[in-house]
Amino acid sequence: MASAGGAAPFWRAAGMTYITYSNICANLVRNCLKEPFKAEAISREKVHFSLSKWVDGKPEKPTVRSEGADH
Amino acid sequence: MFRRATTLLRQPLMGATSRRFSTDLPAAPVEDSTFVEAWKKVSPNVEAPKTPLAYMKPRPATPTSLPSKLTVNFVLPYASELSAKEVDMVIVPATTGQMGVLPGHVATIAELKPGVLSVHEGNDVTKYFISSGFAFIHANSVADIIAVEAVPVDRIDANLVQKGLQEFTQKLNSATTDLEKAEAQIGVDVHSALNSALTG
Repeated sequence: MASAGGAAPFWRAAGMTYITYSNICANLVRNCLKEPFKAEAISREKVHFSLSKWVDGKPEKPTVRSEGADH
Repeated sequence: MFRRATTLLRQPLMGATSRRFSTDLPAAPVEDSTFVEAWKKVSPNVEAPKTPLAYMKPRPATPTSLPSKLTVNFVLPYASELSAKEVDMVIVPATTGQMGVLPGHVATIAELKPGVLSVHEGNDVTKYFISSGFAFIHANSVADIIAVEAVPVDRIDANLVQKGLQEFTQKLNSATTDLEKAEAQIGVDVHSALNSALTG
């Protein structure tokens, strides 16, 4: 393991969190799969959600996001 | 003058006969005995209530004798690849290098880097390419390996890996901000690991 208080990994030093790093790695691996597996993996990871910010106790117009890994 | 020394030495020290091996770790207790005793003193007729400790599964006892097999739980966010499988050895791609885990391994938490996980059972070796994750090895020879994405090595497409490697090496050379450099570096690392998985 890294020494106590020692150099952080390069992605941490650049301001990235572990989750972001891990998700980027996973996406890269998924993009390098052979055909039927690649399509399955990409469709498995698609997300669809609607996001609305609240201002003064009232919701604003929601934004609907329906993308895969490349948001 | 020291005629009695041998007999004195043969007698065990205080309480030594009642102790087992100090390396034996008993199971974690299911109830707080001091609480129960204090309760009984105050109200002997009412049963002591259960504390949260009683509802938890205790840490199982760690025997001194080494178990002969390693129990592996290998899980992904969307599926459980291996569940309580008894194997001889696993080699995990820790950030500090390939780490071999045998039954009786010291308790360890290891962060994994993109690389190959190999599970050895008798003469069979199953290899998975892991994108990243963690491996928790417990004192009782149970290994929990968690990864975000894991594929058998034969599902990796060599051409896509080469293309990706070239693309990210270019990005690394032309990157300006720290974040771009980090992303390009991750790309290069992952694709090189994929490459070695295919060739190694």
